[in-house]
Amino acid sequence: MQIMLNGVLCDTQAETLTALLVQEGFSGRVATAVNEEFVPAALRDEQSLKDGDRVEVLAPMQGG
Amino acid sequence: MKSFYGVTLANSLMLGTAQYPSPTILEQAFRQSGAAVATVSLRREGADKAGQSFWSMITDLGVHVLPNTAGCHTVKEAVTTAHMAREVFDTNWIKLEVIGNTDTLQPDVFHLVEAAKVLTNDGFEVFPYTTEDLGVAERLLSVGCEVLMPWGAPIGSGRGMNNEYALRAMRAEFPDVPLVIDAGIGLPSHAARAMELGYDAVLLNTAVARAGDPVAMARAMMGAIEAGKLAYEADPIEARDMAEASTPVIGKAFLS
Repeated sequence: MQIMLNGVLCDTQAETLTALLVQEGFSGRVATAVNEEFVPAALRDEQSLKDGDRVEVLAPMQGG
Repeated sequence: MKSFYGVTLANSLMLGTAQYPSPTILEQAFRQSGAAVATVSLRREGADKAGQSFWSMITDLGVHVLPNTAGCHTVKEAVTTAHMAREVFDTNWIKLEVIGNTDTLQPDVFHLVEAAKVLTNDGFEVFPYTTEDLGVAERLLSVGCEVLMPWGAPIGSGRGMNNEYALRAMRAEFPDVPLVIDAGIGLPSHAARAMELGYDAVLLNTAVARAGDPVAMARAMMGAIEAGKLAYEADPIEARDMAEASTPVIGKAFLS
């Protein structure tokens, strides 16, 4: 299936958000959202993914 | 010094972490100025995993971390960003920005109040980026904000305090509320002036990060903030129109 990951089209077989993060090499401090809804870390295992989902993976960055 | 949601800061400089020439200069600006608070944000993590090394550096600085919702234009966007920031940064503090105009980056105060209400009900400790409007300030306090952060001037403009009269009125209206001048500071004299008015802290970024020597400017800002704070506590004299001799007249020799 194809999803949008941080605004970029991504082919994946990952069935859950956790699996996607592992597949794409995300670790450390990140926060996630699927289809514009926050998904807490504790719920990533049960957050299933489907074709066309929009996934955001955010990390600490410089800010003012 | 007033506390910010129960936290007493070592000093009154809140320093942004964006736009520095390099991570090393950013780190030195913090270390040499001693700024008590670092503002941070959330952005998409790239393949270089830059976010993790940035976080490691901020952690090593040992400062209080104030995540922002910069760039958010709607209540939903700001609230979702705040939730994500709380998880990543492990703090209930949030610098709440809901932008209303793309040219001035001035707050959308209607949605700001709405978002602040949602977030305080969710247990956040909200630092609202607001205007000098007293009515908006009252509403922010009524929905649970315990800190107010009026703008001095548009973000990054370096104009200082555009409306000092209103900012002085805000200080007088809310004597017990921690007040922070957030945005618009360009020079140490602006920061000193904010503190002379009795503000509790100054939040700035561009003035330091974009200076020719950011480390020196960070130190200059801290010096100015300390001077302004001390001056406010020292109860300065009122300005007057006419001269008043400071040297005693009594005992002056007759020599003419």
